[in-house]
Amino acid sequence: MLEVILDKGGYWLIIALMMTGLYIVFAATNFIKRMVGLSVFQTSVFLFYITLSKVAGGTAPILYGKDYPKTYGDDDQSGPADGVAPVLDPGQGPGEQGPASGDPSAGDVEPAALETTNDAVPIAGADVYPAYSGVEEVYSNPLPHVLILTAIVVGVATLSVGLAIIVRIREAYGTIEADEVREMDIIVATAEEMEDADGDGLPGPRTDGGQTEAGAPA
Amino acid sequence: MIDTLLDLAPAWALAHAAPLLVVVPMLAAPFLVFVPSGRIAWLIAIVATLASFVFALILLGDVQSTPGGVVSYALGGWEPPFGIEFRVDALNILILLIVTGIGFLAAVFSRPTVMAEIRHEKHPFFYSAYLVCFTGLCGVAITGDAFNLFVFLEISSISTYVLVALGASRDRRALPAAFQYLVMGTIGATFYVIGVGFLYAATGTLNMADLAEQMPDLADSRTVQAGFAFIIVGLGLKAAMYPLHQWLPNAYTYAPSFVTVFLSATATKVALYALVRYLFTVFQPDFSFEALAFGYLLMPLGVAAMVVCSFQAVFQTDVNRTLAYSSVAQVGYMLLGISMGTVAGLSAGLFHLFNHALMKGGLFMAVAAVVLTYQGATLKDFAGLGKSAPWTMTAFAICGFSLIGVPLTAGFQSKVQLIAASYDAGLWWAAALIVFSSVLAVIYMGRILEAVFFKAPDNPRKIRGEAPLLLLGPLWVLALANLWIGVDGSVPYGLSQNAAMAVLGGGAP
Repeated sequence: MLEVILDKGGYWLIIALMMTGLYIVFAATNFIKRMVGLSVFQTSVFLFYITLSKVAGGTAPILYGKDYPKTYGDDDQSGPADGVAPVLDPGQGPGEQGPASGDPSAGDVEPAALETTNDAVPIAGADVYPAYSGVEEVYSNPLPHVLILTAIVVGVATLSVGLAIIVRIREAYGTIEADEVREMDIIVATAEEMEDADGDGLPGPRTDGGQTEAGAPA
Repeated sequence: MIDTLLDLAPAWALAHAAPLLVVVPMLAAPFLVFVPSGRIAWLIAIVATLASFVFALILLGDVQSTPGGVVSYALGGWEPPFGIEFRVDALNILILLIVTGIGFLAAVFSRPTVMAEIRHEKHPFFYSAYLVCFTGLCGVAITGDAFNLFVFLEISSISTYVLVALGASRDRRALPAAFQYLVMGTIGATFYVIGVGFLYAATGTLNMADLAEQMPDLADSRTVQAGFAFIIVGLGLKAAMYPLHQWLPNAYTYAPSFVTVFLSATATKVALYALVRYLFTVFQPDFSFEALAFGYLLMPLGVAAMVVCSFQAVFQTDVNRTLAYSSVAQVGYMLLGISMGTVAGLSAGLFHLFNHALMKGGLFMAVAAVVLTYQGATLKDFAGLGKSAPWTMTAFAICGFSLIGVPLTAGFQSKVQLIAASYDAGLWWAAALIVFSSVLAVIYMGRILEAVFFKAPDNPRKIRGEAPLLLLGPLWVLALANLWIGVDGSVPYGLSQNAAMAVLGGGAP
């Protein structure tokens, strides 16, 4: 049992981070703290992708060693012995290398999925890009890193837009506490209801002082 | 008409219509930041969205004339399983037509309300953000790559947060609304990424068609099932699926009127499309609906949305908010259609999606015209408008009738299809609830229409005249479209039927 848990240590860490982030988002009343929680939550997902891509014993995905002299256009498929699958080598999986947290691609998540991963990816690749079919060294999977680079950019953009909105909330309400903002909104809403009730019919702007300088219509 | 368009279009436009549809507004957006005048920015936005609409029409012709009904474009020449693929079939061409068509109409209509609600020096930035949002929505609808879909989803969402927050110059409550939308939207998108990560772990591919091929062998895999759950929840948040809709009413109420028009007609539709894409194409229906019995989850949620949110709509005094709750209810209709998992149900759901874009777009346009003078859109502001602004309000009434489902309007056509589909599927209670929810729609639309046509103006000194011609034009285009589909719904219904058959494996006829 303990082995099973330790085996997947990386994933437990990620789940803990994810839950921490989500909890902060929902529990904090301070807007900035909510953004912090959101960032923690997103970061845990980035880590999840990075762990997926690590192949045990693999190195950075740049051709080196035995692979290096090969020319890219070389279509000769006879080089490596049969069964030596490139890139994601089943032989280098958990069986031989021993378990390590954040092991090869899907292996840790679902054993049943391992075979599909290792068969489907390189063979499909070999058909179209033969130059990469006979790689002998073990490389980590670069694709999740690239995906996460994109996701990090998206995360940064979200964070900055969120912070910009918080600045505007501070300008308009004078506070960045969610419950105080809600209270002020309720007061405004009640005032509007009262205005409806006495039926004086003056529509008027629906905000109070803080916004008029920004809102002057043409 | 489409044939002549195909004949007229130059070869490069025919060959590259799919990427150009996204690239034209994408490149126009940063350019707008350097444009000094709001008017020029507006014209560029119109041209860019119109170009996208034309490319969508070209793609429609392409899809209909291609034997398999699928147009695939490999970006940068990388073959599909590895590179990013733009893939257009009968399903997403329908969505692309809605997004680009409404996007164009909304851009034409935008000028007067943007003049009134946004500070002048901000106009170029505003239109830039609008084009980015438009790009993102088109991208979601056109891409065939799971991760690329996330990127486009966030492109559109982040610019949407900005657009909603700009409503602060009318009402500062737009700011907390935008912030709440940002938090919920980001959680939804992140859930989606987690789900895609699981799928990638199990299959080693991100291409949707490739994923779909591998899914049948992996139906028992816990990894895939977890990924499925994450993706559905994430996209459900974006689509305002019933219990996940809390961000929508505030965002729609306080956003600038033009933004509400555009979002209500497109944003949730695109997320709903992504949901359909995953339920029916990536995960086959026998996985989503039989192995996981997913219909039994989706159907009650759809029905609950129809009834609960219609009730909530009845009790609102702000017309924007009434219509926002009604939007969630209408998403419920579409979910109900989708959840049946039959060709009839899905095509009825998509048909309703199409019609709802037309009617809600029209309704919010009319509300925008009212906001133009009153800065607000409470029931009180609407009183007596039937006399002083008959053209605006007649169009409003037509779209309202369509929302209720009065015969000879678009809403009637799609609701009849929905009722027929649920009756065929043996769900007579769902059919009854559709009728019941429509009765609720009679009440909440009736309250507004009563104020418009039968009440005296609240303040006789400040009477609202007719909306400017720029508002009236697009508004009447949508109202007439509602009537036309109400009389002869064969074109959009045919499109939705093709879409349903394409994703359910029947192949486009």
